Amino acid sequence: MRAAAAATATVSLRHFRSFPSIVPSLLFSSSSLPLHSPRLCVFLRRNFRPRQLFLNRPIAASFSSSSSGATSDSTYDVIVVGAGHAGCEAALASARLGASTLLLTLNLDRIAWQPCNPAVGGPAKSQLVHEVDALGGDIGKVADRCYLQKRILNVSRGPAVRSLRAQTDKREYAMEMKKIVDSTENLCIREAMVTDIIVGKNDNVEGVATFFGMNFYAPSVILTTGTFMSGKIWVGKKSMPAGRAGESASQGLTENLQKLGFETDRLKTGTPARVDRRTIDFSNLEAQHGDEEVSWFSFDPDFHIEREQMCCYLTRTTKITHQLIRDNLHETPTYGGWVEAKGPRYCPSIEDKIVRFKDKESHQIFLEPEGRDVPEIYVQGFSTGLPENLQLPLLRSLPGLENCSMLRPAYAVEYDYLPAHQCSRSLMTKKIEGLFFSGQINGTTGYEEAAAQGIISGINAARHADGKKHVVLERESSYIGTLIDDLVTKDLREPYRMLTSRSEHRLLLRFDNADSRLTPLGRELGLIDDRRWKLYQEKQARISEEKKRLKTVKISVAVGDLASEVSSVSSQPVKESATLESLLKKPHIHYKLLEKHGFGNETLSRMEKDCVEIDIKYEGFIVRQQNQLQQMSHQQHRRLPDDLDYYSMTTLSHEGREKLSKVRPETIGQASRVGGVSPADITALLITLESNRRRTQDVKRGKILEHALAESNPQWVEDREHMVNE
Amino acid sequence: MVNLLSFRSVGVHLLRHATPIITRGGRISRPISKNLCFVLFSSSPKTSLLKPRAASSEDNSLVFKGDERVVGLLGKVVDDAFDNVDRFQSSSTIVAIVTPIGGPPGAVGIVRLSGPKAVEVARRVFRSAKKRKKKDSDSDSWRPKSHFVEYGVVVDSNGNVVDEVLAVPMLAPRSYTREDVVELQCHGSQVCLRRVLRTCVEAGARLAEPGEFTLRAFLNGRLDLSQAENVEKLISAKSSAAADAALEGIQGGFSSLVKSVRAQCIELLTEIEARLDFEDEMTPLDIESVINKINSMSEDVESALDTANYDKLLRSGLQIAIVGRPNVGKSSLLNAWSKSERAIVTEVAGTTRDVVEANVTVRGVPITLLDTAGIRETNDIVEKIGVERSETAAKVADVIIMAVSAVEGWTEEDTELLRKIQSDKPMILVMNKIDCAPPSSCDQLEDQRKKEEVFHKSVFTSAVTGQGLEELEDAILEILGLDRVPTGGHQWTVNQRQCEQLVRTKEALARLREAIEDEIPIDFWTIELREAALALAQISGQDVSEEVLSSIFAKFCIGK
Repeated sequence: MRAAAAATATVSLRHFRSFPSIVPSLLFSSSSLPLHSPRLCVFLRRNFRPRQLFLNRPIAASFSSSSSGATSDSTYDVIVVGAGHAGCEAALASARLGASTLLLTLNLDRIAWQPCNPAVGGPAKSQLVHEVDALGGDIGKVADRCYLQKRILNVSRGPAVRSLRAQTDKREYAMEMKKIVDSTENLCIREAMVTDIIVGKNDNVEGVATFFGMNFYAPSVILTTGTFMSGKIWVGKKSMPAGRAGESASQGLTENLQKLGFETDRLKTGTPARVDRRTIDFSNLEAQHGDEEVSWFSFDPDFHIEREQMCCYLTRTTKITHQLIRDNLHETPTYGGWVEAKGPRYCPSIEDKIVRFKDKESHQIFLEPEGRDVPEIYVQGFSTGLPENLQLPLLRSLPGLENCSMLRPAYAVEYDYLPAHQCSRSLMTKKIEGLFFSGQINGTTGYEEAAAQGIISGINAARHADGKKHVVLERESSYIGTLIDDLVTKDLREPYRMLTSRSEHRLLLRFDNADSRLTPLGRELGLIDDRRWKLYQEKQARISEEKKRLKTVKISVAVGDLASEVSSVSSQPVKESATLESLLKKPHIHYKLLEKHGFGNETLSRMEKDCVEIDIKYEGFIVRQQNQLQQMSHQQHRRLPDDLDYYSMTTLSHEGREKLSKVRPETIGQASRVGGVSPADITALLITLESNRRRTQDVKRGKILEHALAESNPQWVEDREHMVNE
Repeated sequence: MVNLLSFRSVGVHLLRHATPIITRGGRISRPISKNLCFVLFSSSPKTSLLKPRAASSEDNSLVFKGDERVVGLLGKVVDDAFDNVDRFQSSSTIVAIVTPIGGPPGAVGIVRLSGPKAVEVARRVFRSAKKRKKKDSDSDSWRPKSHFVEYGVVVDSNGNVVDEVLAVPMLAPRSYTREDVVELQCHGSQVCLRRVLRTCVEAGARLAEPGEFTLRAFLNGRLDLSQAENVEKLISAKSSAAADAALEGIQGGFSSLVKSVRAQCIELLTEIEARLDFEDEMTPLDIESVINKINSMSEDVESALDTANYDKLLRSGLQIAIVGRPNVGKSSLLNAWSKSERAIVTEVAGTTRDVVEANVTVRGVPITLLDTAGIRETNDIVEKIGVERSETAAKVADVIIMAVSAVEGWTEEDTELLRKIQSDKPMILVMNKIDCAPPSSCDQLEDQRKKEEVFHKSVFTSAVTGQGLEELEDAILEILGLDRVPTGGHQWTVNQRQCEQLVRTKEALARLREAIEDEIPIDFWTIELREAALALAQISGQDVSEEVLSSIFAKFCIGK
């Protein structure tokens, strides 16, 4: 079956097209499912219905209507709990795949809210956004629609780390996402507080129970509870139960999940104060403008609509700030010692920064707008656990903010999460079939990380409800894959943020090729419609056409300024009749230079030109990494059986046995990334696997032999069975 | 029960047919006991074999999508994956000396290559005699015929002949490991074998771990179950032994050098990657200092390689200059050591006028002894040239033996001479003529050695009786760090491993410098730096990515 693992889109495509031949096998696989499952009849009927693979809207609609006959208002294919960035992507993906989907949220007016920094993207995170977009998700489109400012970061640092960051209008963002959610077919939204998971007899999820006594039923449930599960916010020593400032927490769910056998733990994060823009004196502050030429998250040109940009400002902490904090350290939760949950290292509070980096005299603080029509300014880099009465004096110690008024104090939030080693890479929990976790509940932070998990769990929840195989993105296929692999494999003790350094093969996982890596998959799954697919194919055709052209067109050294400019810019000689491709490979030579001398292709978009340039310029590096990856992935993708008893493997180190039993990795590669598992353990594991396989084979061979003998001599087998039973 | 089992197998079988590629994968698993299955279950010989592995992955479809823009390349990846699905896929090609080393050299020794690139590596190092006659340039395309012996030579990357060998290609699956195997039968001496091994490593093979050939044989279904259990024991025993050896091997100066270079790699990675992830919040990177650090790292690696010394010793052996005042018995020492009458020995001071060479072998390391003219102030033109040559010899030698007469003890001329040859080379003080020296002068000499800190070792010898020559050899080995080489040569394998990783590091750093010169963006530098850090981590055994992250958070004040 590992063949199926490697078999990609095309395989399963064939798989489904050859419908008649697949029926018997599906029959068998469903017969191995619990026979008393109430959904079985539906299940079988669905499997027998010939279906086109690419579910576009019209077909999806027919799918839903055919199943809606059997459903009432409380029965769905997929229930998504929570309408944050994970929940929205999950619900949208699921609904678009044709599953009737219910999205439950505590507050209808806070869909896709940005409770912390109203920004999308940044290093590694923007890759996630591009990837979600390439799969047909929405975070990129909404960010493109609602941006206040956009900047490309790491411009000159290499194509793999180039990233886009957008400051967004947080209210507009929520409204845009709500519009999309509201207008998506198969998707219902409803306010409710989920307090329990309804579990069937076979450890399969059957639905959710809500606080006011309503039950909703579905074979797939996705929990995206964010910071709401037993959430508690802190300002100084004061605390109250809340998921976000002014919003009640979700109570009771944690206890019920624990009853089901899930391990839970607690994390902490925080958000800085908001100040009134009208009370800030920007005149002496350094302004940070957006890019003149705006870039886009979405690969869909329909969403590339430019708008006026706003400015961010830069200020710094002063001696007074530092003194004030040092004098009041005992007033902060961490140093006062009344909050134990761990906060993230990459998102330290201002007191952490000052304590840990004593010799740094000043820290940068960014002032970022939260919207076009609201006065709130987000004070980035200034989150604190100090009590509210100290926060204003602290803010006023910053240049430009001497007379500021504070609109909302900084606060920290503590919440329950479920260490994600309890999920498999499809994001379905290992304990309860049909139950999926996504977003901060898995211990991540960030809207982008949440959206990335959301779309995967949405896809898989819909497929699960439909009796289809789950989809897993391998680690080296994408940042999404890397993110999920890290989550389910590593022992994470702080909120997980995506960073470029987490990806070993980041040169292959660039923003510019997110579509060519993932859009074919999105198409195959049914998330990319015909229009988008056509756009994609045309773009790829143009790129490959252009690369061909650059390979064949030669320039003469004698005539033309191009050759002389190339040699002066790159300080390398240009050979007689060099191809344009060879020129582009030289240092400092960009596509723009070819264009300047009339050797470019005007019909290409800027993005397409970038793609061409990157493919050619870094071809050597890319091929080398690709080869390394190829070598590695052979071994890494080897599957591990689900029922391995690691404790019985005496050749494994004790730590290895313990960790592997806990994480229960799905592949050899994942096993090797589990902390505490040594290369020697992996070798021992391989040997055990192979020995087991041989043993099973021997047993099987024996059985076949028995079977053959049984036909000729039934008495013998009875004797044998008798013996075995004894 | 039996019925149900076979019934379901049919179901699985049908599924296989629905997806032709899986059937293709199944083909490979056939060899094991196909006859039995064929007779009893003739409708589908593979089914029963496929089932055990299939079961676990049926719930998930794994998606490994590539970049459509580099589709040609990925097409190949996917095809390969299909062709090999049912086999253990070892990605690397391994090489090792498979005949015993240490002890008296055998007439023939065997270097075995195994893995997907065995033929490719062999092609790079092996020049068949047959083809060479036809066309020299064509010799790259050596096409091995499985199980046919070919005569030829092994050449290094510069085209120098390393050894003449017989190449025995055994192509998959008809080999011990069921992978492509090429065995090179070389001359039995350790020097030859190690040079050939080294050449293979340079051509892209990796040194085999202990028991790795057997492991591969097992994982590829070559051994039966009872043998398999033995392998399991063997591997666990051997790897712990190897771990011990590795631990032992990384003590001392070499290890600290490796650690310090690795720390520098991590530090640079930290500097660069912190800026990639937190561009807004950091001061710009000081490119110049980064380049300086990289250069100093390269130098360190070079010197680590020298410390490992392996390369130089095996390629060119070692040169040892014997210097000293006239008539302290340098030539006698050379003769006694090399068991020859290479140098003329007389009572007359200044008999040796030119540099005389003789060869000896110490623990497999070829050593060239350079006997030199006694160094003194002289007016004799010929002798003067001789003295100059002595000084030059002292400069080019790897080790200097300074001979003094135990009879006369330490003299002022000796002090003068020492000042003259002033060298940072390892030096050994040899107190010759011990057979006719009074004990008091010995003590005086020993005191002198302690005073003159330049000497690493001192040995009392007698060229006449041969006394002390063994101690001299030991002293040389000790200075070169080879003294802990047990007769079995285990220490050597550890050193070779380390050396292999150092070479990897060196190459990564070389590419890094190239990238810097070509002004490639800094993200690409991290690729090479990571490679270097990973290679060094192979020696000291730590994970890189987590360390970089921790280091970023510890070092920089970042975050929103």
